[in-house]
Amino acid sequence: MGKLVVEELRFRKHGPFSFLVNAGECVGLTGPSGIGKTLMLRAIIDLDPHEGKVFVDDIECNSVSAPEWRKMVGMLQAETQWWHDTVGEHMNNPPPELLQRLGFDQDVLNWEVRRLSTGEKQRLGLVRVLCNFPKVLLLDEPTASLDVCNAEEVEKIIKEYMAANGAAVLWVAHDLDQLKRLCGRYFVMESEKELREIKL
Amino acid sequence: MSMVLLSYTDLALAAVLVIALAALSVRMKLSLWKQLIIAASRTTVQLLLIGLVLKAVFANARLPWITLIAFFMLLAAGREVTARQKRRLAGFWGFGVGTGSMFVSSFTVTIFALLAIVGNTPWYAPQYAIPLLGMLLGNTMNGVALGINYLTQAAWEQRNIIEERLILGEDRTQAILDIRRESVRTGLIPIINSMAAAGIISLPGMMTGQILAGSPPVEAVKYQILIMFLIAAGTGFGTLVAVWLTSHRLFDARHRLRLDRLAGFVESS
Repeated sequence: MGKLVVEELRFRKHGPFSFLVNAGECVGLTGPSGIGKTLMLRAIIDLDPHEGKVFVDDIECNSVSAPEWRKMVGMLQAETQWWHDTVGEHMNNPPPELLQRLGFDQDVLNWEVRRLSTGEKQRLGLVRVLCNFPKVLLLDEPTASLDVCNAEEVEKIIKEYMAANGAAVLWVAHDLDQLKRLCGRYFVMESEKELREIKL
Repeated sequence: MSMVLLSYTDLALAAVLVIALAALSVRMKLSLWKQLIIAASRTTVQLLLIGLVLKAVFANARLPWITLIAFFMLLAAGREVTARQKRRLAGFWGFGVGTGSMFVSSFTVTIFALLAIVGNTPWYAPQYAIPLLGMLLGNTMNGVALGINYLTQAAWEQRNIIEERLILGEDRTQAILDIRRESVRTGLIPIINSMAAAGIISLPGMMTGQILAGSPPVEAVKYQILIMFLIAAGTGFGTLVAVWLTSHRLFDARHRLRLDRLAGFVESS
């Protein structure tokens, strides 16, 4: 289970923002480019200095070590990074059926990272972050460079993960149709100070 | 055999070679002659001055004077290390980390060598203490400067990778381990190379000097081996400390990469 609670979160000139994402709920986040959606995810995962409190269930961010926190709160960046030579060195026992559903067989673990396309990196990035079994998932445009077919599969996988583990998901996207498909409500970041909630 | 003493005419003859080189570079429009002449003049003036200083110190071998000179050398080396950084730590850290790690390694190794190996009375006899410290500082300075420069530069360029590793739950040590290892390697390569080449490709300067001054070659060689080991240890420890301190400073207690602690950092919007 994982419920994400954000209280009076401030980072740089942004905020304060307060909201919560219930366990097993997917909430969208949208807004113009450069407004600070990614910065907000970075603040939640404690990668940038910030003020205010963030909880997963009743665990406050500062009450655990930063690496523990970041394993609890998974984040998939819009542009994933890979540093070892092969794909497999980056992840911990990825479930074969998960790889298969995203269009890879087990051999992908031996693939060289420098030959991956942007879309392949994005799909493998999802596998990688799910290997940590996060209680909260922050997704930064997770289907931006995928074809329709793969994008649908990613949506399905995340929905199933959410339901099976009671994870809270905060999904950043520009595609409102996608958010309407996935979420019961979403936030629009209209300015550095303002988060408007839209219920569907 | 005693040493052949050089007259100022002898030095002037050698200087003619440098002037000839400068003249040639003017003709070839290399715009190098100014730097060449300035550097040659600096060498002359600085070395003559240190000659006078050493003469005075040798005549008056008191610990406070030697300490004063040692710290002057240390600060000069610290300034040089700072000047060689493309992206140094902001504020006092930029100077402090390099100087501190050179102090720890060079001074410790020099004092160890003077007390445990050379064993003079007094142990701080300037004929040994100052040249030893000079050789150690000069080499440690290179290692420290190369190591820190690689580290900050690589952290700057690979910040996305470091942050991705942090996001996936690695701690700060793991996230920068590869870069740190490479930084230490970069700092140590010069001394490793010169140990490997010594005697076959190059005759190290100190040993050559002793032989020119009339020492038996085998005695000179023993001193050179001692110096090489001291330099390797001094450079190694100095680089390790400097790289460790710098990489520590690049993260905060919450394992966040803090490139804003580098001089010249501009926050992107």
